[in-house]
Amino acid sequence: MPTYNLKINGELVTFTADSDTPLLWILRDELNLVGTKFGCGIAQCGACTVHVDGVATRSCQLQVSILDKEEITTIEGLSKEGDHPLQEAWKEVDVPQCGYCQAGQIMTAASFLKENPNPTSTEIREAMHGNICRCASYNRIEKAVAVAAKKMS
Amino acid sequence: MSTEQNNIRFSRRNFLRTSALASGGMLVGFNLFTACKPEAKPAVDIANLNFNDFNAFIKIADNGYVTIFSPNPEIGQGVKTAMPMIIAEELDVEWDKVHVAQAKYNKKEYKRQVAGGSQSIRFGWDALRQTGATTKQMLINAAAAKWGVDANTCKASKGIITNANGDTLGYGEVVSEAAALEVPENVTLKKPSEYTIIGKDALNVDLDNIVTGKPLFGLDYKADGMVYASVLRPPAFGQKLESFDDAETKKVNGVSDVIKFGDKVAVIGLNTWAAMKGKKALKAVWSDDQNLESTVDHNKELIKILDGKEFDTRREDGNVKKAFAEADKVLERTYDSPFLPHNCMEPMNFYANVTAEKIHLVGPIQTPQWTAGRVAQLLKRKEEEIDLEMTRMGGGFGRRLYGDFALEAAEISNLANKPVKVVFSREDDMTDGIYRPAIKYRITASIKDGKLTGYHLKEAAINSNMYDLIPNFFPAGCIPNYKVSTKSYKSDITTGAWRAPYTNFLAFAEQTFFDELAEELKKDPVELRLELLQNVKGSTDEKIEYSGERMENTIKLAAEKSNWKEQKEGVFKGFAAYYSHNTHVAEVAEIEMKDGLPVVKKITAAVDCGILINPTGAINQIQGGVLDGIGHAMYGDLSFENGKPSHKNFDTYRLIRMNETPQVDVHFVKNELSPTGLGEPGLPPAGGAVANAIYKALKNRLYKQPFIKELSSKKSEVLS
Repeated sequence: MPTYNLKINGELVTFTADSDTPLLWILRDELNLVGTKFGCGIAQCGACTVHVDGVATRSCQLQVSILDKEEITTIEGLSKEGDHPLQEAWKEVDVPQCGYCQAGQIMTAASFLKENPNPTSTEIREAMHGNICRCASYNRIEKAVAVAAKKMS
Repeated sequence: MSTEQNNIRFSRRNFLRTSALASGGMLVGFNLFTACKPEAKPAVDIANLNFNDFNAFIKIADNGYVTIFSPNPEIGQGVKTAMPMIIAEELDVEWDKVHVAQAKYNKKEYKRQVAGGSQSIRFGWDALRQTGATTKQMLINAAAAKWGVDANTCKASKGIITNANGDTLGYGEVVSEAAALEVPENVTLKKPSEYTIIGKDALNVDLDNIVTGKPLFGLDYKADGMVYASVLRPPAFGQKLESFDDAETKKVNGVSDVIKFGDKVAVIGLNTWAAMKGKKALKAVWSDDQNLESTVDHNKELIKILDGKEFDTRREDGNVKKAFAEADKVLERTYDSPFLPHNCMEPMNFYANVTAEKIHLVGPIQTPQWTAGRVAQLLKRKEEEIDLEMTRMGGGFGRRLYGDFALEAAEISNLANKPVKVVFSREDDMTDGIYRPAIKYRITASIKDGKLTGYHLKEAAINSNMYDLIPNFFPAGCIPNYKVSTKSYKSDITTGAWRAPYTNFLAFAEQTFFDELAEELKKDPVELRLELLQNVKGSTDEKIEYSGERMENTIKLAAEKSNWKEQKEGVFKGFAAYYSHNTHVAEVAEIEMKDGLPVVKKITAAVDCGILINPTGAINQIQGGVLDGIGHAMYGDLSFENGKPSHKNFDTYRLIRMNETPQVDVHFVKNELSPTGLGEPGLPPAGGAVANAIYKALKNRLYKQPFIKELSSKKSEVLS
């Protein structure tokens, strides 16, 4: 099996894996970064969202072999103290119900707010539509993204 | 009305025990199961309980900090926050000094640990308050003894006991003494006006861990030497495994074993990916699937039931046949629902390590005791050998009541002789479901002299019929001639509870039917409901499940907050109200048309759940329930062809997404009645409210779910 060196949450990590292994399973099974969730395996639900060079990416469809020097960030590395404005906003708005999809929601929102720091509610709704919340905490996710945008401006 | 739970008889001695902790502090054990469920049969001889029989604990450390061990796992319904709030209120400690911890399933400590379901708050209300108040009284008694004063001259607030001289002692300073005291009887509970924690927003106790991605869920659990199993199951219900070829599977890096059990094949891998990839490489030969069940056949069978005469009568008032014969007008409609998968975001999974000494099980499960028993039976082991730990669950919606995944894990671990985690792929999860059964309803009603005289509800369901309380929901007691008849069709498709079982679709059928009746009677739909509810007020029928008064207040609140009577250009409103799970809910949907299709813009929900424990959690539950109800009514659809489900993953199976959701505005009826649950009741009325609004816009009645199928054909008419 080939050996890979990837930069994840600011640290260089080395591991061996089959070249077609999705980043998701490397994070979860090899590196113990289980905050990134498995939901569908076909990039339809967003539970596995991470940042690749700051861009929200579905890690379940991202084969390790195509990664090289990119900076990968997971929910564990979004902030040192768990105090990213989105994490703060998520707490303030008391978003989660079961909580399973929320890391993916936060990662999608973090990448979106970097692109669009002052979004309208329609823009938030469109940007977040790729992330399913089966508990349907959507009203609060929408609100929390708006709250975070305000905190960041 | 049978919803009030105030006449509970139990002795504090029978459910509460205290003991001193070696580390300093006091442990209060209480048995939720024997104390708070009036209809529950005591599982043990309650007069002879010992400390180990208690299933929830409060630990008061000598520094005054309080830990409340929540016995039941959290599936997203918020009880892990709300139940401890009730204890903290009566114990009279500051909420921010309370730490809530998930208790492990532990045979020695918690003999009767059971996941609560949507009845947790309702059943827990008295026991949780009594526990808090009794413990507080013991702390006061200990302080009074220390001071040598009468306990009646002391009081406690925010963790501090004060006597008549103004001396103070913190709870932590007297816990060791308190633990040795007799458990007092007849403690006084607070009046709702004295509450400082109940009724105030308390944030989800797991928030920090959730937003930072800490391991909380079953899928996050790991153990030394653990391998992963991906299981190939028959693709069609009713199909058998004839043979399989694992040559390609064994070539996959990381695949360590292939194990056949029953009609299934488990591929064991050193990581999840290897197991999943290995499973895909399996070549299986299955038995012939040409004569297996299909939705077209189910439809014929269910219609045959509705057209036939063989039913179980579930409730009968007066004589509907006579009412129909004498009517000016008889209205009859048939409603049609598909199967639904649960689609919890966390796919089914479970860990098992079966060894000669014991069986260790870990994972997301709502029924630990039942599941442990079934595992013991399956492996012919003693239940005492099983150690089961519950994790937080990435959604439940009823699916995790069925421990099939835990049984698989145990069986595979036993055969592989290794610690194994069974992981369902999304495809496994959606195609090996225990689905919401497809059900059809036929409702017939008669009108005579402008009044509703008869109502007959018939249910034809796959596998099982409505539970006994439902025939006594609205409109039972409102219409003089009333009948509920049910019959089921036995199928190979596995079915079970799905959020708000039966009512998740029945409410739509009934509430759209009443919209049609209102139109027929030339009455406002809200007025018709209010008029009918007058008939059930003061009813002496003990079986009637809902309250005419409470439903009336709830409906009025929804009408007021939504400005029901106000007409707005381009806005179409629909109304529905439904009582389920002991909670009354009324909803008004507002839709607008866009490109010939309705867009749901807003839902106003009014809810009577008695005393509100945690407003922020309560609003979240109702908003989620409403949106879940709309999503599944609009898009939810699973059918079968020769035993095979029509969808496997979210590329074709549609769940509601953020850009399709309206804002849900939630209001609560204020009263001081005992609290009831909120996990399910928000869902049932949502589909009906939306359908009734769509009718206003399109003049098109919807009788089937999902709506999108019917609306798409309508759209092509509109656009052509």
